[in-house]
Amino acid sequence: MSGLIGKKIGMTNYFNEEGKALGCTVVEVGPCVVTQIKTVEKDGYKAVQLGFGDKKEKNTSLALQGHFKKASTTPKQKVAEFKDFSLDCQLGQVLNVADVFTEGDFVDACGVSKGKGFQGVVKRHGFNGVGGRTHGQHNRQRHAGSIGSCSFPARVFPGLRMAGRTGAANTKVQNLKVLKIYSDKNVLVLSGSIPGSNNSFVILEK
Amino acid sequence: MQSVFEKNTKGLVMNQLIKLVEADFNAKRKDIPAFHAGDTVNVHVKIKEGNKERVQNFQGVVIQRRNQNTNGETFTVRKVSGGVGVERIFPVLSPSVEKVELVRRGSVRRARLFYIRDKKGKGARIKEDKKHFSQAQQA
Repeated sequence: MSGLIGKKIGMTNYFNEEGKALGCTVVEVGPCVVTQIKTVEKDGYKAVQLGFGDKKEKNTSLALQGHFKKASTTPKQKVAEFKDFSLDCQLGQVLNVADVFTEGDFVDACGVSKGKGFQGVVKRHGFNGVGGRTHGQHNRQRHAGSIGSCSFPARVFPGLRMAGRTGAANTKVQNLKVLKIYSDKNVLVLSGSIPGSNNSFVILEK
Repeated sequence: MQSVFEKNTKGLVMNQLIKLVEADFNAKRKDIPAFHAGDTVNVHVKIKEGNKERVQNFQGVVIQRRNQNTNGETFTVRKVSGGVGVERIFPVLSPSVEKVELVRRGSVRRARLFYIRDKKGKGARIKEDKKHFSQAQQA
């Protein structure tokens, strides 16, 4: 596996060679700095830690300042780990978008989805609701219906899907095609949508 | 390399990069004449039949333009073919739209001419804007 950390810029339209209009997401990917290399001997598993985006030294804890100093780089806003990184890299090495991705690749995008607040079961779990306003329905068109039996088991089973806080969770969207890469600006165009709001961090895995 | 986070004005940074992507299709935008609702246009559409590609013409009245100045901009052309109204929606920047010819300028008071769907014969006519048409041809 390989990948980079990026920032979602926004969405627009893109036409492919066949002339089809595709909804696409513009992502600013990298430059990422290798901040730590984990090995089987030392850490028990193989991984590479990347850092993306600068932040002020005064907003960084001393422990983290030391961590970034080891890689001889400035404090980074977002740090993420990639297990079994397929590229050979050294500590402190800078990875740009063209080092990892090429046009036509299929990538997975991980990010935190937009928060939706407290939502009912129709939006949260895709329940169908009641399906009609007549036949004795009073005011419960978007309700869940029954949540279990009566005197046996005399309780509601754990894990039953109900209303509640929706969104703002780690989400991964798989197999998005890389339509275009602007390597001088570290910008990448992905077919389709990715989780999160504009300016939010996103991890692209290949 | 300039960092993503150097500028605090987030919107500015964002727009620049989206503009960069949208600029890929700017050349196509220049080829298209200025037209708006009420104008009669002849759209040359590329059509693929098996391995062959040919160009089909679709001539009619523009009844709306949507999402102007974005890459998703489209326009709707309506014509009456054999007594049946036919409407087609074309993306302005689509590679399958080879050419857009301005045939006639119409003088209308609305940006969206949906009322024309309910009109027939004489009622469906659109007044010609001769003044602006000659200007457009000179340009």
